[in-house]
Amino acid sequence: MPASHDALFRSLADPTRRAIFERLCREGEQTVGTLTAQSGVSQPAVSKHLGVLKQAGLVRDRHEGRQTHYSAQLGALAPLIDWTSQMTRFWQSRFDDLEDLLKRMDQ
Amino acid sequence: MSRPADETLSLVVEREMPFPPEKLWRALTQPHLIEEWLMKNDFRPVVGHRFNLERTPRPDVNIVIDCEVRIVEPNKTLSYTWAAYGLESVVTWTLSPTGAGTRLRMEQSGFKPDQKQAYQGARHGWQQFFANLERILARSD
Repeated sequence: MPASHDALFRSLADPTRRAIFERLCREGEQTVGTLTAQSGVSQPAVSKHLGVLKQAGLVRDRHEGRQTHYSAQLGALAPLIDWTSQMTRFWQSRFDDLEDLLKRMDQ
Repeated sequence: MSRPADETLSLVVEREMPFPPEKLWRALTQPHLIEEWLMKNDFRPVVGHRFNLERTPRPDVNIVIDCEVRIVEPNKTLSYTWAAYGLESVVTWTLSPTGAGTRLRMEQSGFKPDQKQAYQGARHGWQQFFANLERILARSD
């Protein structure tokens, strides 16, 4: 698994960070202030989480006056989705081979 | 929030097999049978036993997975660690008898060895995340 996958997994491993990311996916672009109001953690903490998400390519920021708006970048999730679907396909084909073997085995 | 700070990934594949658990158990634990459906191996059904799964899909590609047996409950549960490509995970097989055979469940969960407790609480978080994500992606098409 390439290093970029590690960063992606790590950035989404934290539940608070994941909740922030989920909200951006669900509700579209948000300011740090709006995100803080509903996250239950301090504004510096939210900003720090957003920084990690940004580094992983999961969010993009846009400055407008004194406000910074953040939006989710769903495309950045592709490697993660690929990995789980690849692993799932791997196991499904192992299950197929296992079932074939069971048919051939003696009781 | 009291959820653990370090959560991990998990995936589940389940299938109903028209065979008794004892027969599935043999296929899951006898090296020559494991080789037929999974990979070459030096598995032994002994907790703490370290083994490798190995496959050479092409002459220039050799896949080696490092494993260690964690749980052996004959005809019920088999679990081993599965480390490859920087991902450390645990593979757990659960066999449940049904009227017509056995329900076989395989769960693979990513985890960090020093954070087993976090791993215990991890599955729900990830499943929720993927469920949410699927809904979001379905809407954005």
